[in-house]
Amino acid sequence: MVKQKESNFDTVWNERKLAADNYCNLEFEALPENEGFARVVVAAFMTQLDPLLEEMDDVKTAVSEAVTNCIIHGYQGFEKKKPQVHMECFRCANELYVLIEDYGVGIENISQAMEPLFTTKPDMERSGMGFAFMEAFMDELFVESQSGNGTKVYMSKRIGEK
Amino acid sequence: MDTMFTVRDDCLLVTMPKEMDHYKVDMIRKSIDQYLLSGEAQSVVLDFENTRFMDSSGIGLIVGRHKMVSCFGGRLVAVHANPRIQKILFMSGVKDMIEIV
Repeated sequence: MVKQKESNFDTVWNERKLAADNYCNLEFEALPENEGFARVVVAAFMTQLDPLLEEMDDVKTAVSEAVTNCIIHGYQGFEKKKPQVHMECFRCANELYVLIEDYGVGIENISQAMEPLFTTKPDMERSGMGFAFMEAFMDELFVESQSGNGTKVYMSKRIGEK
Repeated sequence: MDTMFTVRDDCLLVTMPKEMDHYKVDMIRKSIDQYLLSGEAQSVVLDFENTRFMDSSGIGLIVGRHKMVSCFGGRLVAVHANPRIQKILFMSGVKDMIEIV
């Protein structure tokens, strides 16, 4: 289910993070070569959940989409801050939580950005399917963004449940 | 595995890399377009035999190359996609656009 962030979302997320069975937090430069790196990080972290190969592929794809968005869209012509991606993963029992965040330009119209096939970069041959893939492969997806104030993409997925 | 480009008759065979993401797409797009624009190839075969990962960046590449190849009157075919890659191709709707063998 795709939603814009609800008012109590921060509280719920932080509560779960505090109660997490395991947690990791990293920052890396918003470079295309780090898209693969981010995929490896989440795959390594979620190994402890004993996922099916398909579940791992799903999460890797969703993370790849979110990180790619930070790199392609987050810092386009935005000199304000050093282009970095913040990635946070934690698990509560068999539920995996991932936050992908950039400190870049932000999204002016989140609903529009999340429409399938919508892209601000048709010249780069972007398919506009990033959010659609994230939604398809994860159980929950929340986006928080403000113009000039970066973007946060929160995702979660229950692993191992049919 | 690296991407490889081979021309046979007027068909460009592209051996796609193990992981197809935004980072890989730029180089591949430029290379394919070079072969098409120079007239060395009219059709393109994307061989996914070695490909284990693809995200929507790959879809963008495919859609863009389909448009390009159509301009030259050629065909775009995807071959040897494993179940995972096929899933991505089917989910994105490109199966209605290109041939998948």
